[in-house]
Amino acid sequence: MGKDKRITEWEEKELAKSLARSPERKDRFTNHGNEEIPRISFPEKLDDKFISATGFPGRYPFTRGVQPTMYRGRLWTMRQYAGFSTAFETNNRFRYLLDQGTTGLSIAFDLPTQIGYDSDDPMSVGEVGKVGVAIDTLYDMEVLFKGIPLDKISTSMTINAPAAVLLAMYIALGEKQGVSSDKLQGTIQNDILKEYVARGTYIFPPKPSLRIITDIFQYCSRNLPSFNTISISGYHIREAGSTAVEEVAFTLANACTYVQAAIDAGLTVDSFAKRLAFFFNASSNILEEVAKFRAARRLWAKIMKNRFNAKEPASQMMRFHTQTAGNTLTAQQVDNNIVRVTIQALAAVLGGTQSLHTNSKDEALGLPTEDSVRTALRTQQVIAFESGAADTIDPLAGSYFIEEMTDKIERDAYLLMEEVKKEGGVISAIEKGFIQRHIETSAYEYQKEIEKKERVIVGLNRFQSEGSVKPPVLKIDPEVEDNQVKNLRELKQKRELKKIDETLKALKEAASGSTNLMEPILAAVREYATLGEICNVLREVFGEYRYRG
Amino acid sequence: MTVKKIKNRVLIAKPGLDGHDRGAKIIARALRDSEFEVIYTGIRQTPEEIVSTAIQEDVAAIGLSSLSGAHLRLFPAVVAELEKRDAADIRVLGGGIIPDDDIETLKKAGIEAIFTPGAPLADIIDAFKRACDTFYGRKQTE
Repeated sequence: MGKDKRITEWEEKELAKSLARSPERKDRFTNHGNEEIPRISFPEKLDDKFISATGFPGRYPFTRGVQPTMYRGRLWTMRQYAGFSTAFETNNRFRYLLDQGTTGLSIAFDLPTQIGYDSDDPMSVGEVGKVGVAIDTLYDMEVLFKGIPLDKISTSMTINAPAAVLLAMYIALGEKQGVSSDKLQGTIQNDILKEYVARGTYIFPPKPSLRIITDIFQYCSRNLPSFNTISISGYHIREAGSTAVEEVAFTLANACTYVQAAIDAGLTVDSFAKRLAFFFNASSNILEEVAKFRAARRLWAKIMKNRFNAKEPASQMMRFHTQTAGNTLTAQQVDNNIVRVTIQALAAVLGGTQSLHTNSKDEALGLPTEDSVRTALRTQQVIAFESGAADTIDPLAGSYFIEEMTDKIERDAYLLMEEVKKEGGVISAIEKGFIQRHIETSAYEYQKEIEKKERVIVGLNRFQSEGSVKPPVLKIDPEVEDNQVKNLRELKQKRELKKIDETLKALKEAASGSTNLMEPILAAVREYATLGEICNVLREVFGEYRYRG
Repeated sequence: MTVKKIKNRVLIAKPGLDGHDRGAKIIARALRDSEFEVIYTGIRQTPEEIVSTAIQEDVAAIGLSSLSGAHLRLFPAVVAELEKRDAADIRVLGGGIIPDDDIETLKKAGIEAIFTPGAPLADIIDAFKRACDTFYGRKQTE
């Protein structure tokens, strides 16, 4: 029996094009025994359902992955989220991770930075440098990237409400290094909607927040063509306790809100949709998670094509980062967490992720140590180089269970998105507490199952062992906060106040009108205006969002 | 002697900037399911705001939750504020990602009990019952 002509057609079109652009990692992928591992497998007979629902990698609806060669072409980016205490300390950790073979940086900012407060703000007491690095001005960014050329790396920044400010600092840092903005590669999280329901680092109300986000889309489409302008995140929704279906549904509902806001602001969908990225959680139920990733990809492709009329395949593709599920880690028998992370990371890889962060075993106890971070990275390397999971594309396709689950998650997520629509859309659903209630109820039910031992968590409610030793955790010296505050105050003395005032005044005018905010923010950060100063101007104009449960 | 049955009234609070409130909300809900009256502050509260709410709402105990590592500064600040406001009889409990080394420090600072990841809900509810008993001057939980 000859090869199905539809496979040949895919090979001659998408695959050939991809191979011409960049060859696969090896000429031959082989098993122990030197037999060749097939690039991709298909059913003996391709029916219409297979073609439309499962299809081919690198082709709509992208169920099997966004690239025609997937990891045979290039492995996922091993991107470990890191950041703590000062820019100087974090710079050391970044260099260590780069030395160990990490392939992309991912900055964790402390909470004051994420909420737009300077380190010397009364609201920042106790939080400076704790869950990430403290960044007050461009100066801190200069220290953070010392010896790291921005044209050689891609940087992901977990920053939302003040994303425009941190992005401006990154652009200004590039200028100082002689790297023009079109060479900058990376991602800003910039996903405010999930902050209102799951993560909590909002500043402004939804409407002005969406305006800032669309300003970023517009600015980047002209000036930072290789930068992912948003990372629409289900990760935190899942961490807050949602189910897999809720994770997909609420994330895609948020995504639709951003796309609609940008279209309403006058942007054409294909001008910004290619730079939308996603971020999902990989939890321990490996088969459900693989199905979830495949379902999310397919559902998004359909939405972009049919609802938003995106024409270019790149606009229909869901590219995503994955992090293993922090909430599944236990403080008891911490070594078990290495195993959990391995299963979760494998789910992400079998699900076709573009980049991956693996959690460290000690994160239920505190910040991870250098040793545990290394093991987390090694976990990805073992999967990449030893497991064989990266040598063939979408290996679980065609499994009756996986395909059924993929269909089910897609359908259920779509139905839940329709419910959000009936609530008046995402913003209205947030204001009514609809999304929050959904997540909370799922979290509580799950917890009750654990308490009743209906759900077994190894080492926690079954197979406990007495006196298991807790490993050391990384501690942040309380002096970090005092030093950061001292340095900031010194820097503030050295600035040209007149210039700062001028740039902040210009920013206020722009914010009050409808001018794109990126240029005025960039002008302010170049003069070393602080994050807090810039955000305070915006607070004055936009007001602040108040917690609504 | 008969003791008039007073409903246990507690405040669950998130001091500082930490937004991880899955735990706080689960505790609030579990306490409600155990017949407590529970007020949840929401995230991003200063120690002053928490104490003001506790006094206004006339609670017996405050449960503080922080997963961002700010507990050493923020939890004792709540106890100090209670003393300042002449409300030191209100009990304070805490939970979150709190390294073992810090637990003793927090207890010395007047935090009655600390719960870390994996603590059974039943233990947490019991601790709140005991705190309420102390506050209301009951001998033991009815």
